[in-house]
Amino acid sequence: MPIIQTEALTRRFRLRTKGFRSREITAIDDLTISIEAGESVGYIGANGAGKSTTIKMLAGILVPSSGTALTCGLQPVSQRRQLARRLGVVFGQRSQLWWDLPLAESFRILAAIHDLSRDRERERTAELVENMELEEFLATPVRQLSLGQRMRGEVAVALLHSPELLVLDEPTIGLDVVSKQRLREFLLAERAAHGTTLLLTTHDMGDVSRLCERILLVDQGRLAYDGSLAGLSRTVAMRRVLVVDLAEPTPDLHDLPHAEHLGSEADGLRQRLAFDPEVTTAAALLAAVSEQAAVRDLSVEEPDVEDVVRRVYVSRGR
Amino acid sequence: MRTRVWFRIHWRMFVAGWRRGSRYRAAALGGLVANATFGFLKASILVAAVRAGGGEIGGYDAASITAYTWLSQALLGSVNLSGRSDLAVRIKDGSIAVDLLRPVDLQTASTAQEVGRALFALLPRGVPLVALGVLVGGMRLPLEPVTVALSAVSIVAGTTLSFLTVYLVAVAGFWSVETRGIQTAYMILSGFLAGLFVPVTLFPGWLLAVARATPFPCMLQTPIDVLSGRVTGFSAGQAVIVQLAWIAGVLLVGRLITHAGRRRLEVQGG
Repeated sequence: MPIIQTEALTRRFRLRTKGFRSREITAIDDLTISIEAGESVGYIGANGAGKSTTIKMLAGILVPSSGTALTCGLQPVSQRRQLARRLGVVFGQRSQLWWDLPLAESFRILAAIHDLSRDRERERTAELVENMELEEFLATPVRQLSLGQRMRGEVAVALLHSPELLVLDEPTIGLDVVSKQRLREFLLAERAAHGTTLLLTTHDMGDVSRLCERILLVDQGRLAYDGSLAGLSRTVAMRRVLVVDLAEPTPDLHDLPHAEHLGSEADGLRQRLAFDPEVTTAAALLAAVSEQAAVRDLSVEEPDVEDVVRRVYVSRGR
Repeated sequence: MRTRVWFRIHWRMFVAGWRRGSRYRAAALGGLVANATFGFLKASILVAAVRAGGGEIGGYDAASITAYTWLSQALLGSVNLSGRSDLAVRIKDGSIAVDLLRPVDLQTASTAQEVGRALFALLPRGVPLVALGVLVGGMRLPLEPVTVALSAVSIVAGTTLSFLTVYLVAVAGFWSVETRGIQTAYMILSGFLAGLFVPVTLFPGWLLAVARATPFPCMLQTPIDVLSGRVTGFSAGQAVIVQLAWIAGVLLVGRLITHAGRRRLEVQGG
């Protein structure tokens, strides 16, 4: 049986405009999806596409306007408390830690809430503290933690009761590269060790490419793509952008192999070049650039979700 | 088994609240200063009123009205007569989503935490104000074990009742994002009807009847009466039972409202 199953799931909100007038918007429109236990799924879409609304319905926080959802085989709203024992959720923008208490207290309170035995509590807390490297700030009040430290704490407490399904809503938002990488590695290890099903919403295609085997793309509340990341790349050519800072003003680099010149700044001192990592590499492209001009500095940009969504529609001729 | 889990969860939430309370020392001190200042003010006005009434009003003489004043000030840091709560804020800013991710009852778990935090205030605010009443106001407290035990139960019951009632104010947020109007109405009504300014027994008959038709006197007046030895023995036991009955009633109303409101909830802020 699928661990998540929705059937024509729909949620409308009433927006108050001026005075007593209001209009209705459809945040999620006729969503039918099915996710098997053990999958890792990236749920992506632009801001306001309805990702968080879906998650809140799957967790039993929001009541659907119509349609049905089954999470872990349970009715999310009427069986909310049973579901909460089998589900872990991290909202990147909200904290589930006790703000004014030391981080260790949140573990203790949540262990009581999930009724873990003393042994299980000690064992699981030790495991998570070690894997997430939380030891040094366990005694620090949560409000004094850095964002990266807090997010590690958030993910750790969400996993305290060993849920079979972990839902992460923008877990890497605002994190620096090192913290992101550490979090991704932890999630991969956790999945390998316990077979946890992962559902992840993100703006970061880096999260998706490293953590997810399957992509669900929503746009304006509707499912726009369901399939593998490779499949999505084929549809939209998941390009990266190499940004080079050159030593001298240089004419636009139009004739490089497997690359498209996107634009130049400051008389060609900075140039943006798009390439498809399936066809060539950043290193090969850099070598080609170096033959024509001296490179002072460079960076590689990951494609962002908005860009991917736009290209899905372009490729369908919409 | 389920009872054991219930107690474990709610005890942990109570302790969490208690520890949170212990973290705000400056706020506790500020509260103490405010409560003490108004204590002196209230005591002098009420004692003057008693003197003007020929040494006694409605069964209160100068000594007992002084005791009433200081005990009401001492409990003010714990009994919620402001109508404000963490939960109302959490509903407004959307953090309620996190609360609903937990396998706990929203009403009882959030109340346990609030009560823990409120009862902690007895240490930095309640005890010093009682001491002030004894030292400066010449207040005397009964020390029989039965009275002390009943007083403790009555204080916990009054505090719990106040937070269960404030919970009703908070979950009005399921219907309307802005609940400040209801909260202000609660603040004005509760203080008056709980007997914060004058004992409710000094009210004219009809107003006393109105007050007793609400849970408010059981929040403050009852614990003060038991604590000061104004009601003793069997009547004290009865007074506590009335408090427990109100708790049961408000608990039930809260469950019904929560159930009805869950369908209305729109989590704010993504």
